[in-house]
Amino acid sequence: MSIIYEKSIPNRQGVRLPACDVPVSGSIPKEYRRSNEAELCELSEVDVIRHFTALSRKNYGVDTNFYPLGSCTMKYNPKFTEKLAALDGFASLHPLLPQLRHGGLLTQGALAVCYKLERVLSEICGMDEFTLQPMAGAHGELTAMMLIAAYHNKKGNKKSEVLIPDEAHGTNPSSAAIAGYSVKPVPTNPENGALDVEALKSMVNEKTAALMLTNPNTLGIFNSDIHKIADIVHKVDAQLYYDGANLNAVLGKFRPGDSDFDAIHVNLHKTFATPHGGGGPGAGPVGVKEHLIPFLPISRVVKRDDGTYALNYKYPDSIGYIAPFYGNFSVCLKAYAYILLLGKEGLTEVSENAVLNANYLLHSLKEHYDVPCMRTCMHECVLSAQKQAEKGVRALDVAKALIDRGFHPPTVYFPLIVKEALMIEPTETESKETLDAFVEAMKEIAKLSETDPESLQQSPETTPVSRLDEARAAKMMDLVYTKPE
Amino acid sequence: MGYIANTEQQQREMLKTCNASSIDELFNDIPNSLKPKSFDIPAGKSEFEVCTLIQNMASQNYSHLTNFIGGGFYDHFIPSAIDALISRSEFYTAYTPYQPELSQGTLQAIYEYQTDIARLADMEVSNASLYDGGTALYEACQMAISTNRRNRIVMDGGVNPIYKKMLYSYTSNLSIDFCEVSVSHGQSDRQKLFYSLDEKTSAVVLQNPNFFGVIDDHSDIVEKCHSMGILVIQSTYPIALGLIKTPGEIGVDIATGEGQSLGIPLSFGGPYLGFMATNKKLVRKMPGRIVGKTLDNKGREGFVLTLQAREQHIRREKATSNICTNQALCALRAHIYLSLLGKKGLTQTAQLCLDKATYAKKRIKEIPGVDVMESSPTFNEFTISLPLDAGEFAGMMIDRGFAAGFPLGRYYEGMENYLLVAVTEKRTKHEIGHFAEAMEEALCQ
Repeated sequence: MSIIYEKSIPNRQGVRLPACDVPVSGSIPKEYRRSNEAELCELSEVDVIRHFTALSRKNYGVDTNFYPLGSCTMKYNPKFTEKLAALDGFASLHPLLPQLRHGGLLTQGALAVCYKLERVLSEICGMDEFTLQPMAGAHGELTAMMLIAAYHNKKGNKKSEVLIPDEAHGTNPSSAAIAGYSVKPVPTNPENGALDVEALKSMVNEKTAALMLTNPNTLGIFNSDIHKIADIVHKVDAQLYYDGANLNAVLGKFRPGDSDFDAIHVNLHKTFATPHGGGGPGAGPVGVKEHLIPFLPISRVVKRDDGTYALNYKYPDSIGYIAPFYGNFSVCLKAYAYILLLGKEGLTEVSENAVLNANYLLHSLKEHYDVPCMRTCMHECVLSAQKQAEKGVRALDVAKALIDRGFHPPTVYFPLIVKEALMIEPTETESKETLDAFVEAMKEIAKLSETDPESLQQSPETTPVSRLDEARAAKMMDLVYTKPE
Repeated sequence: MGYIANTEQQQREMLKTCNASSIDELFNDIPNSLKPKSFDIPAGKSEFEVCTLIQNMASQNYSHLTNFIGGGFYDHFIPSAIDALISRSEFYTAYTPYQPELSQGTLQAIYEYQTDIARLADMEVSNASLYDGGTALYEACQMAISTNRRNRIVMDGGVNPIYKKMLYSYTSNLSIDFCEVSVSHGQSDRQKLFYSLDEKTSAVVLQNPNFFGVIDDHSDIVEKCHSMGILVIQSTYPIALGLIKTPGEIGVDIATGEGQSLGIPLSFGGPYLGFMATNKKLVRKMPGRIVGKTLDNKGREGFVLTLQAREQHIRREKATSNICTNQALCALRAHIYLSLLGKKGLTQTAQLCLDKATYAKKRIKEIPGVDVMESSPTFNEFTISLPLDAGEFAGMMIDRGFAAGFPLGRYYEGMENYLLVAVTEKRTKHEIGHFAEAMEEALCQ
């Protein structure tokens, strides 16, 4: 399909702008002017609509079909929340308005959304306070590491290391490193798929600033040794951090705050159903226990005695600004509306059905694919295509063959500690019929890997393009369009 | 209830497959000692009830004020075609394009967006976007530091104070020194700036137009910096780039900015769009996703995420940045916006902003007791001085239906009587006239 620039026709325009109604014309002195107009494309509104409609048809979303991308919680995104975020009272609201009069009297509705979402997230996770400012999951991790650093600095603790399980998401070590810490990986116990507590014990020392833990972990296994782990970590005044990437497994079943986690981030775009947008925007609010509250970023939303809401900036120990304003507000708004609609029972049912769906897939597929850790899983199950790989069908081939059968593939080659990993997260919103169809496709692929492995290596053949040459992309570095000579 | 499809009958069948007698059994790994101590969440509501509740909250916000506030975040016109296209669920319900065969729509759109940004800024390459303009500026500093291995950043006084605060927070636990140089007559103070440069300086951070709306030609600063091995980072305002000298024209190394003005609603602070453009030689230091064009195994052109060896999911603690997500949907909005406006439309929009701001200046200057700061040229935002506290004055203007501007005393000591006023193409002659009259009336009180 043509690049939009190739469709450009000189002097076409897709928007009619208002005529200038003021009697003066502004001018910029020559030395400050750009010498040529930016070479943007020139198209009519219809051209633009058709171009992007055509592009959208080359995309696959949750609304297209099953999207079991492990660790990404690709659940259905309700439509009503989109409508609410577009309400003029929110969409047109300037973020600097609260600074014009008495800390927010002009934005009471928006501040109420922030305050109430912070409260309800605190209750869901068992934390004492939340900030909505982090703009993505990785940003939440970084914020939490900054809070932990501020805590240690305040206490005069000399800390330099963060411990992270070897199966963790790549953002964990990277966020800890960017907050100024060196990273030490903690091994996973191969027998039960959970953190090796003995290894942890030997690694924790006075230099340990924090342990970052995802529970259930990326193998979909719930770690029930939390109290033991927390004791080991807290003994040296290190902080226990909960990566909420997999919170969809435990709503109403487990609260990180009840089991001694000091800080947590949640991904609103996973657990609380806000759309992923093709890679953002998300939101990664951070929750903390009381001892970390003084360090939370500013501003913070407070409720006054008269019931009104205000923004407060006066926290001397705060880590300061980590976002220009109050986080990705409209994402937060959608999550708040989703939580209100589901309520207590609905949230609990989310996790119950997410876990049921994942176990159903695990049991339906366990005879056909290797299972690195066969036990009850939580919201996702990890299989391995090692058996198939011996016949020349690797995890990537399984993924591409699924595409030809109408499904988005699971996450492949992650967690890194599982060979030929296929990480499958069905989420609660998928029906048994959908799961059954997926199972049939997976079984067919397993069978073909025995009888006709080569046919799978050709997939996908039903998509606009087939397997792309990534090495060529990195070498050629064609990152912007240039008109052919 | 909720969005769950399976009936109780189906759940029973599925449990049987799992060899479990109940759903509770699947949660046996969570011992009683770890069960929630409380889960005090209100009961669920219908869609209708939630909508009513949230609509009531929306109506408590003063979104109806005629807007003259900017401060880096502007009330520009958003064509309806953007929302129509953004509502295509193939775009908004997709994940990061890890499976390129199923994501050519998102990937091509990002490639085209990268082209837009590169052309707008006159730079060679762009990434797929970052969270916001402030994060982009911080990431640019990290890029500079890892490029020339120095650890001192000199910041011009014209940089958005919100971004400055973000930079200080992000780096508080790292060994990076900051030096801030205040502006002179609204523009970068060359003398002081040059004096502050040394062999430890990694980068100079500039903004054009700066926070006070003042435009500048930073060519001389770039020349001086480059002679000392110092990189130049410039934060900019994409609508202004329709008229003003571009980062590329003056030789800036990394251009960043807030893309909210490109068809993204103000939405009380987010989600927004951080853009970043640079030159080919720095591309491997750039954070975030990057899309590249390549061929498939049948020789057809297609797009993939590329240069992933920089990123956290491959490099873990050695990655150039921890950023995983981009703001894909916001970048798509910006790309659609620029495609609709096109070459002429962007210039016209910038010119309209400039004309209307020029007119607003003229009207405001006529008000007794008010002065417009005019020592340097401005784009669509300018500073005025008032005979009273600007915050108090802004409060008086709210009662007259105007968000009059941003009181500078909030971030600058000694500037309590100064107000930063922004005028976009949406403001009519009529509104500007009323604004000036209301100001006059408020000052007579």
